[in-house]
Amino acid sequence: MVEALQSPAQATYWLISGQTLFIILNLLGLACFAYIVTRRMTPLVGGERDFRFDRPFLRLARVSQFWLGQWKHPRYRIAGTIHILIFAGFILLATRAFSLLILGMSENFALPDSSGGIGHVYEIIADYAATIVFLCMIAAAVRRIVFRPARYEVPAKYGEPHKTDAIFLLSLIAILMLSESLFEASKAASLAQQGHTEFLATFSLAWVLRSMLSSASLSTLWNLHRGAYLLDVLTFYFLLCYRPFGIQFHVETSLFNVYFAKLDRGTVKPVRWGVPDEQVDQVKSFGVKTFEDFTWKHMLDFYSCADCGRCSDNCPANAVGRPLSPRFLTIKARDYSFQHYPMFGQAGNGTPLVGGIYSEDEVWSCTTCGACEEECPLLIEYIDKIVDLRRGLVDEGNVPKSIQKALKALEGRGNPYGKMEKKRADWAKAEGFPAPCDVKVLNGKKAAETLYFVDSITSYDDRIQAIGRATARILDNVGTDFGILGATEKDSGHEVRRFGEEMLFMSLRDNNVDAIKASGVQRIVTADPHAYNALKHDYKDVPPVEHISQVIAREVKSGNLKLNPVENRDNVYAYHDPCYLGRHNQVYDDPREVLDGIPGLKRVEMTRCRDRSFCCGGGGLMLFYEPKEEQRMGVKRVQMAAEAGANVIVTACPFCMVNMEDAIKVAGMEGKMTAIDLAELVAQQMVCKRATDGGGADRLAGPAKLVTV
Amino acid sequence: MEDEKKTNFGSATVEILVCVRRVPDTSENEIQLNAAGNDIERDDLVYSVNEPDNYAVEEALQIAAKAGGNVTVVTVGSEDDEEVLRREMAMGANQGVLISDDAFIGSDGKGIATILKAFVQKGKYDLVLTGIQAEDGGAQVGGMLAALLDYPFASLVNSISVLDGKLKISREIEGGNREMSEIDMPCVLSIQTGINEPRYVGMRGIRQVASVEIPTYSASDLGVAPAAVGEAGANVKRVDYFVPALGKGAEMLQGDREEIIAKLIELMKAKGGMN
Amino acid sequence: MARIFAYIVHKAGVVDDSAAELAAAARKIDPASSPIAVVTGWGAELDAVCETLRASYNEVWKVANEALAYPNAELVRQALVKVLPSGGIVLVPHAHFGMDLSPGLSIKMNSAFVSDVLGILGVEGSSLKLVRQEFGGQVSAHVRCDASAGAVLNIRPGAFKPQEAAPVNGTIIDKSAEVGALSAKRRYLETVVAEAGDVDITKHAVLVSVGRGIQEKDNIAIAQELADMLGAAVSCSRPVVDAKWLPKSRQVGSSGQTVKPKIYMACGMSGSFQHLAGLKGNPFIVAINKNPKAPIFQVADVGIIADILEFLPELTSKIRETKQVSA
Repeated sequence: MVEALQSPAQATYWLISGQTLFIILNLLGLACFAYIVTRRMTPLVGGERDFRFDRPFLRLARVSQFWLGQWKHPRYRIAGTIHILIFAGFILLATRAFSLLILGMSENFALPDSSGGIGHVYEIIADYAATIVFLCMIAAAVRRIVFRPARYEVPAKYGEPHKTDAIFLLSLIAILMLSESLFEASKAASLAQQGHTEFLATFSLAWVLRSMLSSASLSTLWNLHRGAYLLDVLTFYFLLCYRPFGIQFHVETSLFNVYFAKLDRGTVKPVRWGVPDEQVDQVKSFGVKTFEDFTWKHMLDFYSCADCGRCSDNCPANAVGRPLSPRFLTIKARDYSFQHYPMFGQAGNGTPLVGGIYSEDEVWSCTTCGACEEECPLLIEYIDKIVDLRRGLVDEGNVPKSIQKALKALEGRGNPYGKMEKKRADWAKAEGFPAPCDVKVLNGKKAAETLYFVDSITSYDDRIQAIGRATARILDNVGTDFGILGATEKDSGHEVRRFGEEMLFMSLRDNNVDAIKASGVQRIVTADPHAYNALKHDYKDVPPVEHISQVIAREVKSGNLKLNPVENRDNVYAYHDPCYLGRHNQVYDDPREVLDGIPGLKRVEMTRCRDRSFCCGGGGLMLFYEPKEEQRMGVKRVQMAAEAGANVIVTACPFCMVNMEDAIKVAGMEGKMTAIDLAELVAQQMVCKRATDGGGADRLAGPAKLVTV
Repeated sequence: MEDEKKTNFGSATVEILVCVRRVPDTSENEIQLNAAGNDIERDDLVYSVNEPDNYAVEEALQIAAKAGGNVTVVTVGSEDDEEVLRREMAMGANQGVLISDDAFIGSDGKGIATILKAFVQKGKYDLVLTGIQAEDGGAQVGGMLAALLDYPFASLVNSISVLDGKLKISREIEGGNREMSEIDMPCVLSIQTGINEPRYVGMRGIRQVASVEIPTYSASDLGVAPAAVGEAGANVKRVDYFVPALGKGAEMLQGDREEIIAKLIELMKAKGGMN
Repeated sequence: MARIFAYIVHKAGVVDDSAAELAAAARKIDPASSPIAVVTGWGAELDAVCETLRASYNEVWKVANEALAYPNAELVRQALVKVLPSGGIVLVPHAHFGMDLSPGLSIKMNSAFVSDVLGILGVEGSSLKLVRQEFGGQVSAHVRCDASAGAVLNIRPGAFKPQEAAPVNGTIIDKSAEVGALSAKRRYLETVVAEAGDVDITKHAVLVSVGRGIQEKDNIAIAQELADMLGAAVSCSRPVVDAKWLPKSRQVGSSGQTVKPKIYMACGMSGSFQHLAGLKGNPFIVAINKNPKAPIFQVADVGIIADILEFLPELTSKIRETKQVSA
């Protein structure tokens, strides 16, 4: 009879029976964990409400994609692979971990079906899983110590480096894997010595250890066996209870964080969930001023951060040296909650966040581009938090002077420039067009099927009016029955809302919704992605809206719009994805199809394209903000275009255009790089149906140097 | 020295009155002559509080916050002007007062000062602030008000420290220099822009004070003799607005960019600017 | 016709340019008038000032009082009320001192007050016809002032060109005794001099000056490049300082520095009078602005309608080329 080693339950540990010891350890460990988690949940219970319990099937689907499927991880190849392996390992090891714990309390414990074939297969899988996790720990530690990816570094102003803690945790997990394997190996070695060689997964940790123990005495093996088990249990519970004190808490919270993650891209949370617009006046305090003003989900976000730094690595504000780093927005809040909601003692504090852990500049620096949210593997949300923080600042009257002026003008005149309402449609006057193009003003006397929503910058900015005219000419050329609102149109309010001035936004929105409804249009087209996003997500009860690039793509595909070939075949074009067309609304292909539809046009992709596009610097009110930065975002972007080999950067957003043209000047790249809007390019290249239309360049207020085509 | 640039607050509580005015906002309006050529085009004007007055209210609020006290805002005008009072109340002023009477229409600076003097004497204010100048004004009401009340006065004030019964102030003089003085309370100060960074007042703030009562004072409430104010009492009257015929002005350089630059360089060489 | 008095501003024994301008303004009111210069102060400095004034004013009223050694408007006002007869027309330069002194002075003297007068069209009986500006200079206004009980007029600096006249041999009348004791509830402490910047714009013969039209802090580099090419300095107007794009020491204007360059390039500046008040010595003014209606074109010698953000870099390149060619 093969004498197997006793189970730890039968062992005696320093006068205590194994069974007793492990019953105590299990109870203690679980109780501890339960206590810790309860304390961690305290601020969430006191946090603002957040409606996240709808659409459970959609949420579950996303859990399988983003949590189980680790969807976002491969965006960083090496780290992503390592994490996927670790995650898979943990999932696979879960069953074994559970049964191991029970083993210490009940000597003959075995899970159902475990002794048969499935059980053996599982053991093999688990052994490899543990080995892979172990190796990943080493790989991760090597990356931390030797390769030191920049995104892990902690700038001095944010405190001590996180490296020690990271190595500590990696070591603990490695120890867990080792102890598990040693437990396995010691038993297998004892069996092997009695001639009964179990099959262990070849080259697995357990396999290696067994070979190392091949000549160990039985008593040594026994000691190792029970020692490994004790170490395993202790390490397991230590990790379990330690995780909620740092970034590893994401192990527990990630599932929930992904389940409860925001479903509606491009939207902004209401001032308070459950309070309809008409009653918003009654809300005592707008926005987030203290930690307790955050919703429970936002607090959960803080707990779920794995400190991977991917957000900040992609944050354009961070890249240009603005005081914003999304990663630290989260880490600082998490540390604040740990400090003010301790394990023992008084909880809560209610101190103002801005002026405390956050600075005003930090909060105003965000362009809401969404790169951080796109990158985060845990689906942590940032934009809503920034908007809430800004609402808090606005509520206190704490708004930068340059933005105050623009807000005042928006309130008085419906546009941030303070220009008169009656001049809003001046851009569309016949004299501005190179060829006849009738732009109807829908003022009650005239009607149309489609509304061209122009928005403020295109209406009033001398340079950008050319984009308006190009758009109008395109719509005219494809036979769209369209009109503009003219003086009754006010700013879409997209940035007004994202800068925290919710009441002014509502006023602008209500005005526009009334005007749109009164016009009787069936659909809306705009060339301004910010207006597009506002009409699609911030406004309710308006006809469906499209961006001009979608219209053009469709018309080109159907053959209704024909494009002439480029004249200058040496030009190389790079398309820049505007944040609010691309990332927030996932319109990536239509503009590209349009460009590719121009015969002879050479197009290259920048490294950072599509959902990794790099923000131009922001639009709307962001153009009025004077940030503290080392460089302009636009400058970095035009340099990226040059690096990709392009000499023309194509945008599809008026704000991107302003920022690109500005950047070209500031970077001294005039003559080497030109910026052109997609609508302008199409208007230039399109075959015009009107006989008299020369189809030439917008001669009055076009860009300084149109691309020589 | 750095600290003196910012306003410091002592231990006394201070009752502050800020005189504000509703004016057409130059940044949101195109000020043009009307068709008749005798007034500005008023049809499409957006009005707001005179910018220096807004700085004065912000200063008052900061003083009251630190030193304790109340801030009252007052304007001489009509019901239309109430919106400006409400905005300053939304900013934080404790009380808004409208002084309105047909007899006051057409008052010149002295008339306004006379009216305000009557109001000031009805209360007990330690400090009266005005903005340095209104868009359509003459930088005069503050100084006149002080003289009528026999209060000391200082103009172009760009920092205030509250001491016991008096203030330490600085005035903006030439070259960016600051003239430091001590002034006893009660006093009148006219405030220069840039003294602080006024807080933002949004629509929400204004809605919150939308139903607060604003008392109105008439000529009889104040005991002001009609002869001293209004058009009848005005010594200075604006006859009309006009845009002066442009003189010869500059020699405008013509030609394309290259020609202009060449000509400019030539001219600058001739004037000794290029060595 | 009422007597006309000119309040003379002076510093360190030197008479301010406004003194001659006030004389010119007085002659606009009454061509035959012989305005009386009124000057307050103390000691040798005051004496020197009076001596200087004798050459251009027939009558100089000297008001010497130790309390007036520093021109504290509150004290000066008291002194003037004692010294000046009622019913006269008092001219004061419209600058920081005049703004402090005059409104209160007019009340104490029971006369009318008109601020920032930039044109005098004539007199009709006891009514003065004057010109002012409103709305930041966007419109002018005709103003009628009833001077029957006298008037105090603040005169805009630079609005009235001093006239060439043969020097006179004026008399100095000492009015100090009429003043008596002076005390005020506002006491002068000291003058805090503005921090000297890295660049002293008053010492440069050529200035490249930027206004709001520069649009952003980063664009100032464009002006700096041009300045470097010319061996000039970059100066600015008030809005640029308010926005914190340049330090106060670079500001040209009534509340900034007074400069006397040979060439003044006004780039993207509207030409507000407070700014131009800092520009003395009749420099050659080049104005570059994309708004053809900018008031600066009225005072500039040469005007160019262009976007400075485009024009300045081109100008800089061209100058660089020119230098390379001649080198």
